[in-house]
Amino acid sequence: MTSDTLIQLALYILFLPLLGFLVLIFFGKRLPRHGDWLGTGILGVTLIFSLIILFVKLFSYPAETFISQFTWIDLGNVPFIGPISIELGIMLDNLSVIMLVVVALVSFLVHLFSIGYMQGDVRYSRYFAYLGIFSFSMYGIVVTHNFLMMYIFWELVGLSSYLLIGHWYEKKSASNAAMKAFIVNRIGDAGMFIGIMILFVTFSTFTFEKIFDSLAIGMIPFGSEAWLTAAGILIFCGAIGKSAQFPLHVWLPDAMEGPTPVSALIHAATMVAAGVFLIARTFAIMTGDALMVITYIGVITAVIGAIIAITQYDIKKVLAYSTISQLGYMVMALGTGAFTAGFFHLVTHASFKAGLFLGSGSVIHAMHHALHKKNDHHTDPQDIRNMGGLKKKMPITYLTFLIFTLAISGVPFTSGFLSKDEILAGTLGFAGVTGHYLVPLLAFLVAGMTAFYMFRLLILTFHGEHADKSRESDIHESPAVMTIPLIVFASLSIWIFYSFNPFGAASGWFYSVMERPLSVVPAAVQPVAADVFKEAVHDAHTFAMILSILIAGLGILFAFAVYHYRKIDADNLSKATGPLYSLSYNKLYFDEMYDKSAIRGTLGLAKISAWFDNTIIDGIVNGSATLTRLWSNFSGRFDNVVIDGFVNLSAYFTGFIGLLLRKFQTGKVQTYIVFVIFSIIIFFFIFRSW
Amino acid sequence: MTYSLAQIPQWLAEPGLEHFLVISAILFSLGLLAVITRRNVIMVLMGIELILNAANVNFIAFTRFSTLSLDGHLIALFVIILAAAEAAIALAIVLNIYQQFHTVNVDEVSTLRE
Amino acid sequence: MDLYVLFFYFFALLTVISAFVVVFARNIVHAAFALMFTFFGVAALYVLLYADFVAVTQLLVYVGGILVLIIFGVMLTTRMFSVEMKTGTLNILPATIFTAILAGILIFVFSVTDWGVVPDQEFDTTVYGIGTLLVNEFILPMQVAGVLLLVAMIGAVMMAARERSKSQSK
Repeated sequence: MTSDTLIQLALYILFLPLLGFLVLIFFGKRLPRHGDWLGTGILGVTLIFSLIILFVKLFSYPAETFISQFTWIDLGNVPFIGPISIELGIMLDNLSVIMLVVVALVSFLVHLFSIGYMQGDVRYSRYFAYLGIFSFSMYGIVVTHNFLMMYIFWELVGLSSYLLIGHWYEKKSASNAAMKAFIVNRIGDAGMFIGIMILFVTFSTFTFEKIFDSLAIGMIPFGSEAWLTAAGILIFCGAIGKSAQFPLHVWLPDAMEGPTPVSALIHAATMVAAGVFLIARTFAIMTGDALMVITYIGVITAVIGAIIAITQYDIKKVLAYSTISQLGYMVMALGTGAFTAGFFHLVTHASFKAGLFLGSGSVIHAMHHALHKKNDHHTDPQDIRNMGGLKKKMPITYLTFLIFTLAISGVPFTSGFLSKDEILAGTLGFAGVTGHYLVPLLAFLVAGMTAFYMFRLLILTFHGEHADKSRESDIHESPAVMTIPLIVFASLSIWIFYSFNPFGAASGWFYSVMERPLSVVPAAVQPVAADVFKEAVHDAHTFAMILSILIAGLGILFAFAVYHYRKIDADNLSKATGPLYSLSYNKLYFDEMYDKSAIRGTLGLAKISAWFDNTIIDGIVNGSATLTRLWSNFSGRFDNVVIDGFVNLSAYFTGFIGLLLRKFQTGKVQTYIVFVIFSIIIFFFIFRSW
Repeated sequence: MTYSLAQIPQWLAEPGLEHFLVISAILFSLGLLAVITRRNVIMVLMGIELILNAANVNFIAFTRFSTLSLDGHLIALFVIILAAAEAAIALAIVLNIYQQFHTVNVDEVSTLRE
Repeated sequence: MDLYVLFFYFFALLTVISAFVVVFARNIVHAAFALMFTFFGVAALYVLLYADFVAVTQLLVYVGGILVLIIFGVMLTTRMFSVEMKTGTLNILPATIFTAILAGILIFVFSVTDWGVVPDQEFDTTVYGIGTLLVNEFILPMQVAGVLLLVAMIGAVMMAARERSKSQSK
């Protein structure tokens, strides 16, 4: 199979979901079954195509990068700037083909799951149409070879996320959440846009490769490394928004108002990973300082997410904060230079976090039906305090959920253990080289907390006794269309898919095809060199592994002690920690903080401008209005007598002419011919030459 | 150029370009008159044929008395072809009009006015 | 007066007078008949202008084709044995004056303009030259004219046939 075929397949993958979207949005309601088979089928096809691309690329051309492009706009030689041409095109390298498979797989399984979960929804076909356009834009981000298309698809992803969060827009909270997600993302995107423009102004191109090449031969923005750092951080702003990093993480928990499969697809596996993908894509232009910023943002996000997740009671909120925490982990890994580990965690996390969300969807689905049957509309089907004891009722969901929980907690023989272990080793190596020991310390702390809150969730949901005995008999396992995706995700959370050695991913295929890209920034501001870093990571690896197993085990034990065996009373614990507990329970007061600062600030500014408007501007306006009125009184007189007279005169004149001309409009062709000839004669006399 | 009455017999005795042009002018005006005044559609058609013939006479005359070469003849041929096509279509239209309005008088067919 | 001048005036008068008859005849059949003479006269003028091929074509197409078509049209749309055969005119007087003015202007312009007349172009026979031109410079117009004729024929048949089927369905 040649590179041309691969490019063609990639184009099919990109545009088939768009086609599906167009068909579903216009004809969805008229198709049999409202067209769910169409969206799912198209995603199935793209999954097959992306798997073909993955295998062909990794086995036959592991070291090559395929680019296919055309010139979209050629401005030629612009004065003072130089030649500008904007190319559009697609690029297939190892990063994008792996990401393609991740997106296609999760998207396909979520489509499948949605057939069961969204059954009977009012906007069933539109839901699948939106999933289609989301897949289209996500594929676009993955395969593009330039910043411009990246930005366009980035916004498209934001749009489809907005549409899907607000799918049930009759609910006030859902439409608010959709708007919040959109606006918060916009803040990050604005930064990203400025960053891209800094690069464009300097290099006159959007294409990644050209920018990297120009940087490698020593061109830097405005002749200063600080500008390059700024550009890197600004582009990272886009990732902060999309990947819900501190301080813009507040939209993600609210986004859980959307349907649960959407949360699994967009807000757990793919879209939020786009930020991480962006950092991986632009890793080569990140300076050491920019990477340091990225590292600390990642660490802070991981810690915040973990702290808040511990005390939440809504099953999806817990998962949302855990997602934030894990995304922080990935960003931190990329920041420290553990490029492969960070991206690896993206891949493994995509499968087990999507699985966790789908599992929670299965639980919510069952709870909802049980509550509906009892006509109970007050009990929250998402609150884990209303659950418990679902283990016997929903065995498949429980087993898969257990596997996912083990994976995210970093228990050996799971995919999560492999990637997390590498990240922790990376942070240790990073600390060893640069001396920032706070990073690995917090990273290990987060690992322990993750194990604790995930097992708290598992125990409260599935173990023990159900909160309401009368409801228990109405809870059933979900249909096969929902459990099959769970089983697929669960099997993908086993170590064997990524490395034959359960205790080290470094020997697996993933590490052999994903190399950290060479940095192209000037030597003075380069991050820690890859070989030095690798050496340090290698030394720290065994220690990191043992420590991470210990900490995860500790977290799990503590969770069992508190929530399963009740050796430690949870209420006492929360009382003992007092202010810390309420801090965590109230999500560190981030929303309140933004409300007090940003929103109140904006409102205050608006009030001040309103006052300025009312007194000063209006005063000027009123003054001039009085003057104008005096003048208009005068001109009104003038109007009535002189102007109106003139107007009436011309109106009478026009009417007279009209009466006259009406006679010419006879409807007879012959009369018209006479007019034509008559005008010819007149012209003849006008233009005569004697 | 000045003209005097004494020149007229001599002018008449030597048929040249102007003579043919005058004939064509008369034919054209008569054709136009038919188109304008006659009520019957078929008469209007005949007027159009007269106008076309006037044009043809011009082309042929200019071929003879100027450096137009044979192009004038060819154009005249194409005009004849067009006239044939036009006549066929026009008569089909006339039949349709007759079917529609039960008259072939153009002044009664004035739906163009609305 | 040589024969050429004689012939010229004879056919010129034939053409103009029969054209007058065409325009002013009250009976439409008379008009059609006069039109035939006009065509004849014009064809004769062509001969006087050394345009033999065009003259023959004029006779064939106009007299043999178009005139017959027109007479068919007359027969199909007029009630043969009624007064209707005598077709009316509209505003005949002002229109005549108007056209007379136009004719005067035209004749005036034709005679005043300096046409840059060259000595008479003599052609032995024009058929060879026309044939050569038709397959060389004028090949595209000829093809287009052929297509046009075909389309006109199909169109005319279509319209007439639709008219007939409509009347049958009634």
